[in-house]
Amino acid sequence: MGKLIGWIDDRFPLMKMWNEHLAEYYAPKNFNFWYFFGSLALMVLVIQIISGIFLTMHYKPDAELAFASVEYIMRDVPYGWLIRYIHSTGATAFFIVVYLHMLRGLMYGSYKKPRELIWLFGMFIYLALMAEAFMGYLLPWGQMSYWGAQVIISLFGAIPVIGDDLTLWIRGDFVISDATLNRFFALHVIALPLVLIFLVVAHILALHEVGSNNPDGVEIKKNKDENGIPLDGIPFHPYYTVKDIVGVVVFLFFFATVMFFFPDGGGYFLEHANFIASDPLKTPEHIAPVWYFTPFYAILRAVPDKLMGVGAMGAAIVLLFFMPWIDRCKVKSIRYRSNIYKINLAVFVVSFVVLGWLAMQPVTSTITMLSQVFSLLYFGFFVVLFITSKNEDTKPVPDRVTE
Amino acid sequence: MKKQILTLILSVLPTFAYAAGGGVHLDSAPIDTSDMESVKRGAKHFIDYCFSCHEAGYMRYNRIARDTGMTDAELREELIFTTNEKGEPTKVGSLMKVAMTEDYARNVFGTAVPDLTLTARARGADWVYTYLRTFYMDPYRPTGNNNLVFPDVGMPNVLSSLQGVQRAVYKTETRQGVEVETVDRLELAQAGSMTAEEFDVFVTDLTNFMVYLAEPVQNERKSLGIKVLIFLVIFFVLAYMLKKEYWKDVH
Repeated sequence: MGKLIGWIDDRFPLMKMWNEHLAEYYAPKNFNFWYFFGSLALMVLVIQIISGIFLTMHYKPDAELAFASVEYIMRDVPYGWLIRYIHSTGATAFFIVVYLHMLRGLMYGSYKKPRELIWLFGMFIYLALMAEAFMGYLLPWGQMSYWGAQVIISLFGAIPVIGDDLTLWIRGDFVISDATLNRFFALHVIALPLVLIFLVVAHILALHEVGSNNPDGVEIKKNKDENGIPLDGIPFHPYYTVKDIVGVVVFLFFFATVMFFFPDGGGYFLEHANFIASDPLKTPEHIAPVWYFTPFYAILRAVPDKLMGVGAMGAAIVLLFFMPWIDRCKVKSIRYRSNIYKINLAVFVVSFVVLGWLAMQPVTSTITMLSQVFSLLYFGFFVVLFITSKNEDTKPVPDRVTE
Repeated sequence: MKKQILTLILSVLPTFAYAAGGGVHLDSAPIDTSDMESVKRGAKHFIDYCFSCHEAGYMRYNRIARDTGMTDAELREELIFTTNEKGEPTKVGSLMKVAMTEDYARNVFGTAVPDLTLTARARGADWVYTYLRTFYMDPYRPTGNNNLVFPDVGMPNVLSSLQGVQRAVYKTETRQGVEVETVDRLELAQAGSMTAEEFDVFVTDLTNFMVYLAEPVQNERKSLGIKVLIFLVIFFVLAYMLKKEYWKDVH
C-alpha cells in the first residue's frame, strides 16, 4: 500500500492534497450544529449528480415523450421511482441545506475579511443552483413545469427595449415548446452542473486558503504552537470527518422520511398540477413556484409595476452578494454583537420565511399588503445593517475560542 | 437566540398545509391503500365503468396482476376485453389504452377525455371519492346531469344505474349582499340497483384503485422506507460512538 502511494506521489500530489485539505487542514475545534450544512450541501450535490445520471438514462427530452418517460421511470424502470424521488427530494433538501448554510454565514460573519471571496463564490453557487433547479423543474413537462417556466421566462420581458427578443432567445420559440425543453435539458444535465462543480471547488479552495471561521468569530491562526499548528485547531480528518458522518446520518433520516413517506411534500415538493401533462391551452388556476423560490416571488408580486418588481426581486438577491461591504462591523460572530444586530437578523429571517408563505397564497389585497410590509422588512435589514454596523456597540471578543 | 431561530425554521417547514382549492366540501375517502382485495375490486369497476372512454395510458395491465396477485390467465379473463388492430386480444404487458380518439371525444363530450392514470395524485383521493358520488340532475346540461365538485362537467353520470339519480335541494344564501341559490344537499330522486351504503363501498374500492393506479409502488415505497429508517437508527448509534471515541482527546 505504502509503495503504491509512493509510486503515485512521485507522479501526482496525492498525499500533498490529502494533507492540505483533510489530514493537515486545521479546523477550529468549536464548530457547532450549524457547521454541518457545508459538508451536507456537498453530499447533496453528489446525490443529485448520481441520481441525475441514472434519470438521464431513461428520460426523454422531447415534448411528445417527456411526461410519459417520467411515468415510465416511476413504473417500469426497476427502482426508477426511488431514483426519481431521491432526485426530487434532493432538490428540496439542497435548498434547505443551502439556506441554513447561508444563515450560518450571516450569524457568524463568515463573509467578512478575509473570507469575502468564499462568500462571493458561495453566492454564485446559489445563483447557479437556482438556475439549475428552475431548468430541472421544466423537464417533467407537467402543467406546473410548463406554466411556471412561462411565468418566470416572461419576467425577462419586463426589461425595456430588448425584453421581448430576450424571452424569444431564451425559449427558442414564441411559447415554451420542444425547443425550450431541449435546451433546458442540455443546460440542466451538463452546463450548469459543470459550473456548479467548478464553483464548489473554488469555494472550498478559497476556504482552505484562509481557514474556517467559527462560532466565536476568532481567527485561530493568530495563536499557533511551536510547530505552526493553530492551538484551537484540530485536523479536519479524522475529527470532522467522523463528526460529519453523524450529521450525515441524521440528515439522511429526515431525507428518507420525506422521500419514502411524503415524496410530494403535501404538494410543495412535487406540485399536484404537475401530475397533469403540460397543456399550452389550459392555464392552471393558481401558478405558484416551488417553495424555494417563493420569497423572491412574493417580493415580485408585492410591487405593482412589473419592471420595478423584477428589479426588486433581483435586488433581493444581488444585495446578498455585497454583505461583506454592507456589514461594516469588525466583530464577526453574533455572540459578541449588539442587540440591534440580533433583532435585525431575526427580523430578516422571519421576513424571508413569511414572504415564502405569502407567495403561496392566492392574491388578495391583504396578502399583497403583507407582502409589501415584509418586503420592506427584508430590504430594511440591509439598510439598518449598513447604518448601525459602523459604530456598533459590541462585546469584547475573546482571544481564543470558547467551549 | 440561535435556538429560537432554529425552532422557528423547523416549525414553519412541516406546517405547509394543503393548498385550498375551490370552496366545495370534500368527503374524506375511507380508503386503505394496503387492502389489495379492495384495489382488485376497484380495478374491475374501473374496467367496467371508466375504461371505455378513459385510458390509464401510463399503466400496464400486468402490473395490476402482479400487485394484486392475479395470474396472467386471470388477468385476461377478468380485466382485458380489448383487442389490437388485427383483432387479437390485447397483450398482458400492454399499456392500458382505449380506442376512442380525441376528435371523437371532442365531438361527443365537447372535450378531450382525460387520462386517469394520475388523477388521484393531481386532484387527491377525496376529490375522486366525492366527485363520483355527487352527480345530480340538471336539465340545462347536455348530459342531463351536473356535478358538485366539478361544475358543468362534460362527463355523463355513468354510475347512475348503481347509485340512482340524485336531485339537488337548493337554499338561498346572501353573498356580499346578493341573494344566490346554492345547492344545500343532494337527495335520491330515483333508486339505483345499490343501496347508499353499497354504492359508497363501490366508490371506495374504485377510489382505492385509482390511488393505487396513480402510484403503484406506494406500498413497496413505505415498506422499504421503514427498513431504511431502522438501518439509519442503527448506523447513527455506531457513527455517534465512533465520533465520541475520536473526540475524547479534544479539549
